[in-house]
Amino acid sequence: MWRRLSAIARKEFRQIRRDRRTLALLLFFPAFMLILFGYALNFDFKHQTLAVCDEDQTADSRAFARAFTHTEYFDLTRTLANRRQVDHLMGRDLIRVAVIIPRNFSNALAGGRVADVQILIDGANASTAGTALGYVQAIVQDYSAGIRISALERRGIQIPAPPLDLRPRVWYNPELKSAQFLLPGLIGFILSITAVISIALSIVRERERGTMEQLVISPVSPVELILGKTLPYVLISLAATAGILLAGALLFGIVIKGSLFCLFIIVLSFLTACLGLGMLISTLADTQQVAFQISILATMLPTFLLSGIVFPIRNMPGVIRAITYAVPARYFLVALRGVILKGTGWSAYGLQILALLVFAILTMGASVLRMRRRQY
Amino acid sequence: MKTVWHILIKEFLQLKRDPKLFPILFIVPVFQLMILGYAANLDVNDVPTAVCDLDRTVQSRDFLSRFPNSGYFTFESVVDRASDLDSLLDRGSAALAVVVPKGFGRDLAAGRTASAQLIADGSDSAYATRGLAYATQIAAQFSQQLLMERMSLLPQASGFGLPASGIGAEVRIWYNPELKSRNFMVPGVLGLLLMVITMMLTSLAIVKEKELGTLEQLIVTPIKPWQLILGKLTPFALIGLVEIALVLVVTVLWFGIPIKGSLALLLFLCVVFLLTTLGLGLFVSTISKTQQQAMMTASFFIMMPMVFLSGFVFPIENMPNLIRGVTYILPLRYFFVIIRGIFLKGAGWAELWDDALAMGAIGLGILALAVARFQKKIG
Repeated sequence: MWRRLSAIARKEFRQIRRDRRTLALLLFFPAFMLILFGYALNFDFKHQTLAVCDEDQTADSRAFARAFTHTEYFDLTRTLANRRQVDHLMGRDLIRVAVIIPRNFSNALAGGRVADVQILIDGANASTAGTALGYVQAIVQDYSAGIRISALERRGIQIPAPPLDLRPRVWYNPELKSAQFLLPGLIGFILSITAVISIALSIVRERERGTMEQLVISPVSPVELILGKTLPYVLISLAATAGILLAGALLFGIVIKGSLFCLFIIVLSFLTACLGLGMLISTLADTQQVAFQISILATMLPTFLLSGIVFPIRNMPGVIRAITYAVPARYFLVALRGVILKGTGWSAYGLQILALLVFAILTMGASVLRMRRRQY
Repeated sequence: MKTVWHILIKEFLQLKRDPKLFPILFIVPVFQLMILGYAANLDVNDVPTAVCDLDRTVQSRDFLSRFPNSGYFTFESVVDRASDLDSLLDRGSAALAVVVPKGFGRDLAAGRTASAQLIADGSDSAYATRGLAYATQIAAQFSQQLLMERMSLLPQASGFGLPASGIGAEVRIWYNPELKSRNFMVPGVLGLLLMVITMMLTSLAIVKEKELGTLEQLIVTPIKPWQLILGKLTPFALIGLVEIALVLVVTVLWFGIPIKGSLALLLFLCVVFLLTTLGLGLFVSTISKTQQQAMMTASFFIMMPMVFLSGFVFPIENMPNLIRGVTYILPLRYFFVIIRGIFLKGAGWAELWDDALAMGAIGLGILALAVARFQKKIG
């Protein structure tokens, strides 16, 4: 068995080696993606575009506007003469927040009254707008409190101690670096696409070219054939994972906190699950085109959106949450974050590994049944 | 023209011969949009929170009750020892923990500064950032309120009364006043789906003939390259149009997201976007030798960067300058601005012309490039 299996694997390796671009893509591109995305992607709320329409034009109104522009959250991009300009600018996505200070702003403050201002926020992107709303309110509150406190101080009143000292601490990823959080997600995303596509294709290609018949009539058993054909891709995927982890360690200082052996087992069980999915897809498709389409539809967007890479699963409605249990990357991600960022032991992700193996057994079983029915 | 027609017929016959193509192209995307549209949600509510109240006084209970009352946090578990929080966070059953130490109530009553601790699970940094922001806001409000109480209790203050002066900000949120992230995300998912489906159609269009050896046969016929390309693209363009209609219907009728702008402009710009994805797919097809190569190139070099770098969830303005420069060549970047502008803001030509022009130019450019590459191959 082992001899025949390795013969098939060697043949597949030779075929992969001949296609330099695909090999390079499979091996090095994942690490390149991590570098690119690690620097590019984050959810930080900084340097949001801000427009100020100062109709008052006094020292007070300018001081209030500075309370916004002096933070790192907002950058003053436009100074408006007319508040009606906001409409067009926000429609064109040129400003996120507009602060409008009406004419009698400083008069109201000087008279000890409440000075009204208007603040407009582009709500199209709900999560950015929500954060902007929080910061805007905090800035206004701070500024207001400052005015009151300085009024008290002018009367010689001592300000009492601040009642609460909140000490926020962040575990596992203290600086809240996006690269830390994205690394496991990217490994899951990249592996599920490469592994599923390449495994499905390697089988369907033989069928499309008519070489599958030749393999079937040879003394190679179906199990040897499948294992032999997929083994090279599993090895390449492992190498690519090592590349991603190395890039993460060297460039982003992401150290694997858990044991390497655990990590290896987790990656291996995820690849087995991908293998099962790829096999199942290969039994559904006769041409590489169809295999590619099914694989892309089954992996790219579902892995991106349903595995918890970016969108938290606990936010999803019940039905959708139930569907996420059918996405292997979901389990992989929990286990990966556990072993890489948290350094937790088997107890934290034993279940995830089990789920991945169950997924692999189910998909492989289904594909063996289908393969029997279609003879090869 | 007749030659183009013949190729067109041939392509359609070929598409029809694959019975699996129909469900893949027209049924799967509808379901995907329905599912993924619900999944794409960045709202932070009901953050599972663990609580450790070591003080157990009126003040500590008042402080803690503000968390679930805000609607952002639910108390998942209450523990007696701070060390118990470790395993809760490790297992991921809590994303945030609040610890109130002994003496919290005593310090507050005595007018001193009391301390409290927040612990966030940073492994999902985006979620943690937003969760922490809300928690800090709740604590700040609590503190502010107490400060005001303390100030009004000051003997010197009672004579004067507190100054009423301050800023009264009227904050208004435009376009999406309830801050529903679905209105922003579903049009985004629509763009992603259109991109994925139309690109995977054309990326194999020519390389398939190359790999099967039928391209030579086509080349020795008197068909001109542009005729071949036109004949090959038209069926995909038609499929793309049906696709656009389908996903728009799901977005508007199923998710109930109204189109505030003009439907005609939306349809027109969807077609322009189609031009760019078909062109990109075709280009990939002309530069690849095998179908596998074409698929890998399309999914890695084009789809993946588009998914991450076009501003679907990760804000482009946060990216470093170099990468922000790269995003300008991604048609999906413009399409997101356009589709979200028309859906949410009611934006028209006056607001969107530059994005539309940029997208159109990329589309024409990439198509021209594909035809040029293809000609060279034949020569």
